[in-house]
Amino acid sequence: MSTLTPAQSLGRRDFLKLTGLTGGGFALAFYIRSGGAAAAADAAATADFAPNAFVRISPTGAVTIVSKQPEMGQGVKTSLPMIIAEQLEVPWKDISIEQGDFDEKKYGGQSAGGSQSTPSNYDNFHLVGATVRTMLVEAAAQTWGVPAAECRAVKATVVHSSGKKLTYGQLVAKASTLAVPEKDAVTLKQPKDFKLLGTRIAQFDTNKIVTGKSLFGIDVKLPGMLYAVYEKCPAFGGKVVSANLDQIKTLPGVKDAFILEGNGKVKELVPGVAIVADSTWSAFSARKQLKIVWDEGKVVNESWETFVTQAKEKSTQPGKTLRKDGDPDGALASAAKTVEAQYTYPFISHANLEPQNTTAHWHDGIMEIWSPTQIPAIGTGMVNRVLGIAPDKIKLHLNRAGGGFGRRIGADYLIEAAAIAQKVNAPVKLTWSREDDMRHDQYRPGGIHFLKGGVDAKGKVVAWKNHCFTFGEGGSPGSGGSLSGDEFPGRWIANYHAEQTMFETGWPMGPWRAPGSCVFAWVMHSFIDELAHAGGRDPLELRLELLGDKDEMPAGNAGGAAKGKQGGASYNVARMRNVLKFAAEKAGWGTKKFTKGSGAGIAFHFSHRGYFAQVAEVTVSKDGQLKVDRFVTGVDIGAQVVNLSGAENQVEGSVIDALGVLMYQELNIERGRTVQSNFNDYPMIRITDAPAKIETHFLKTAYPTTGLGEPALPPVAPAICNAIFAATGKRVRQFPLSRTDLRWS
Amino acid sequence: MSKYTLNVNGQSRNVDVASDTPLLWVLRDSLDLVGTKYGCGVGMCGACTIHLNGVPTRSCMTPVSTVGKMKVTTIEGLAAESGKLHPVQQAWSDLDVAQCGYCQAGQIMTAAALLKDNPKPNDEDIDGAMAGNLCRCATYMRIRAGIKLAAGLTTASKGGAQ
Repeated sequence: MSTLTPAQSLGRRDFLKLTGLTGGGFALAFYIRSGGAAAAADAAATADFAPNAFVRISPTGAVTIVSKQPEMGQGVKTSLPMIIAEQLEVPWKDISIEQGDFDEKKYGGQSAGGSQSTPSNYDNFHLVGATVRTMLVEAAAQTWGVPAAECRAVKATVVHSSGKKLTYGQLVAKASTLAVPEKDAVTLKQPKDFKLLGTRIAQFDTNKIVTGKSLFGIDVKLPGMLYAVYEKCPAFGGKVVSANLDQIKTLPGVKDAFILEGNGKVKELVPGVAIVADSTWSAFSARKQLKIVWDEGKVVNESWETFVTQAKEKSTQPGKTLRKDGDPDGALASAAKTVEAQYTYPFISHANLEPQNTTAHWHDGIMEIWSPTQIPAIGTGMVNRVLGIAPDKIKLHLNRAGGGFGRRIGADYLIEAAAIAQKVNAPVKLTWSREDDMRHDQYRPGGIHFLKGGVDAKGKVVAWKNHCFTFGEGGSPGSGGSLSGDEFPGRWIANYHAEQTMFETGWPMGPWRAPGSCVFAWVMHSFIDELAHAGGRDPLELRLELLGDKDEMPAGNAGGAAKGKQGGASYNVARMRNVLKFAAEKAGWGTKKFTKGSGAGIAFHFSHRGYFAQVAEVTVSKDGQLKVDRFVTGVDIGAQVVNLSGAENQVEGSVIDALGVLMYQELNIERGRTVQSNFNDYPMIRITDAPAKIETHFLKTAYPTTGLGEPALPPVAPAICNAIFAATGKRVRQFPLSRTDLRWS
Repeated sequence: MSKYTLNVNGQSRNVDVASDTPLLWVLRDSLDLVGTKYGCGVGMCGACTIHLNGVPTRSCMTPVSTVGKMKVTTIEGLAAESGKLHPVQQAWSDLDVAQCGYCQAGQIMTAAALLKDNPKPNDEDIDGAMAGNLCRCATYMRIRAGIKLAAGLTTASKGGAQ
C-alpha cells in the first residue's frame, strides 16, 4: 500500500516534517496562534483583526483567508478555506482568498502531495475558524456586558438573544484586544449544522481562469525581466564538454549564454547551457543555433526493451523476498487450476500542460523565486544546498501550477532558474519547452511482473506468487517502484510469495499520481480477475471471499518472512468490503445482460487513506476499438466531503486520466534517452475517448475526512481491463492498449 | 526586428518583434495578454487557441508576419465590453469546469467558435470540435456539460458548482 508514498522518495521522517503531519496538540496550538508577533504587527499597522496567519478581518468587514497550500488544480485554495469559513460563520461570497508565500514558520507545513492537504489540515482549520468566531462573539458579549452564551454568530454578525447585532467589522477593534482562547474554550460547529461543507462551490480563481488573468507560474512578469531557456543533454546524466557560446551571444535579443556544471544529481541541477534573452521567442530561436558537444555519460547503453528481455530471463531466478507465507510452490502443485501471466507497464511522463518554469531574481543578497511547486521546501532546500544561499535569504512565492500529478514535487526546474538568476543581474524567467518537459521528466517507473496463481476445486485462491522487476539507483527503487509485501492480496492468501528485482539505472524517476498504487492495483486486480474466471467464480463474489470476514488487517501481519519490515499499512477490511458492495449495488453488478462485445469489470483499491471500488461497463467494437459506456465509483473518504464540486471533479479526472494512461501513454527510453518528445508522438487522452457516463457515489462513514487527488485512480485501469475481458475474452496484460489486439468476431 | 500593427481585442496594438515570432509569444511577452497559453508549440494541444477573424487558430503556429489586418480575439477579449461574460465563460464558471485551469482558455475559445457555427451541437459535434484541445486534468465531462449549458440545452441545476 502507498498511503504516504512521497515518503518513499523523501524518507518518511522528512516527509512528515514537510507535511506537518506530526499532528496532535502542538499543531493545534500552533495553528490558532500561527503567525504570532508578525501577524499581530501586520494587523496593528492596518487596524485589522488577525489573530492567526490565516484569517484577517478589516474594520470594514472584509474577510480574507490566506491559503497556505500550493494549488495545482486539486482545489485546495477553495476547499481548505471553506473549512475556516464554515466555522467562522461568514458567507462564502463575502470571503476573499489570498495565496500565502512559502513560510512554514508562519503557516505550518505547506506540502501538497500524497493527497495529504485535506487530512493534515482538516481539524486544524476547523479550530482556526472556530477560534476566530469565538473571539468575535466574546468581543460582542463584552461590548454589551452580557454572557457570551447569550450570543451567536450568523452571517458575519454577532446576534444577542435580545436581538441586538454587531457586524464582524464593528467588532474588529474590540476583538483585537482579546487573548486567543485555549482550545477547550472553543466550541466547534458540528457537522449537522454545516451549511457550506459538502455543497458545490466553484474554485475561487474561476473568474481569473475563464477570463485569462495572470495566475500561473508561467504568467509571471517582473520589471526588467529576461527570459531563459536551458538545454540539457538528451541522455540522462550527460555533461557539457563545449558549446558555441560566442556565436550564440551574437544572436538577436540574446543577453548572455553560459554553461552550468550541475551538481551531479539527475533530479537536481543537471548540467546544461543557459541562454538568456529579451523574450521567450528570442531565447527559443537562439537555442536552435546551439552546437553542444556532450559527454553522454554512463546510461547510453540502457534501453527499456533490453531490460524487459532481461526480466523475462531472470524471472525464474530468485529475487529479494518481500513477503512469504505458507508453501506457495506446494499449493500451486496441488491446485485444481493454475494461471501464469506476465504484466508489463512502461515508463510514463507527467506531461503537466503548463511546462516547467520558474522566475528567479538574485538581488540584495536574496534569492527571490516565483514557482509552481508542490513541495516548496524541496526547492528552497536545493537552492540552499546547491547554491550555498542561506535559508533566510531565500524567498519563495507560490504560483498556481498548471497541473501537478507529482511532477512538481521535483524541483529541478526551480534550481535551474535560481542557478541562472545567480549569474544574471535581472529577474529571469526560465521556461521549459514541451520537449524539455518530456525529455527531462522524473518518470513513473515502468515494471514487469511475473505471476503464478492457483485455485482449488471450488475456485478459492490458494496460491499466489509474484516476481516484480523495477528500476532504481543505488539499490533504491524509483518512487512508486517499490512493491510492498503487504500489497493486496499479500496478507490475505495463505500460500503467498512476493519478490522484487531491481535494475540499476541512472534514469530520473519520481512520484506519479498515486505512486505504486497506480500500477500495482492494475496488476493485482487483473490477475485476481484471471483467477476468478479460471475458477468459474463471479469477480465480485471472489473478491469478497478474498477480503474475508476480518474487519482490520494490520500492517506486516504475522507469518511473513519479512515480518514487521514491509512498510505496509493497516487495512480496514470492513470499509473496503462496504464500499465494494456499495459500488456494485450502484452499478447494478450482476443484474445486467451484456451481449458479446460489451461487459462489466470490477476492481478496488485502498491508498492515500481512501477506500475505492469501481465498476466499468465497456463496449469493444469488432475492429477492437474501446468505448467506456459507464463508469461507477464508490468512494469512502470518511465523514465529510469538503467541496462536492471539486470532489466529483477529482474523481472524474482520475477516471479519465487512468483511462488515458491505459489507452495511450508510453514513454520509451532507448540508449539512455527518451524516444518521445511532444504530444505528436506521446498521445494523451482527448474528449473523444472520455466515457459516455461517469457516476461518483460517496459512502459516508464515521472515519476522518481524507484526500482525493490520487486514490480514485488506481482501480480504474483494472476495472476497465476486466470489463474488456468480460466483453471480448481478451486479457490486457500490457500498457498501452495498442499492444493488445482487441479485435473479435 | 519588424514593426507590426495588430488588431487585438478591438484595439490597435504596435509591436516590434522578429517576423517569425509566433503570435502566441507576441501576445504573452509583448502585449502582456497571458491568458493564451503555451502548451506544446506544435499545434497539438490547443492551449494557445485564439480567434483570427472569428476562426479558432493555433497562435503558437501563426507567425506574426501572417496576421496582417485580421482581427485577433483572445480570451481577454471574449467577454462583452461591459464585462458580461460570454455564455461559454459563464457556463464554465457555473459548472466549475476547471481543475488546474491551464488549458481552459483554449477550450473556451474553441467552444465559443463551435457555438457560433453550430448553436445547438449534439454530443458528436461537441467531441469533434473539441478533439484538438487537451485537458491534462481530464475535465472532459464538464467541458461537454459546459458547452450544452452555454447552448441553452441544459440548465445548471445539476452537476458542477451552483
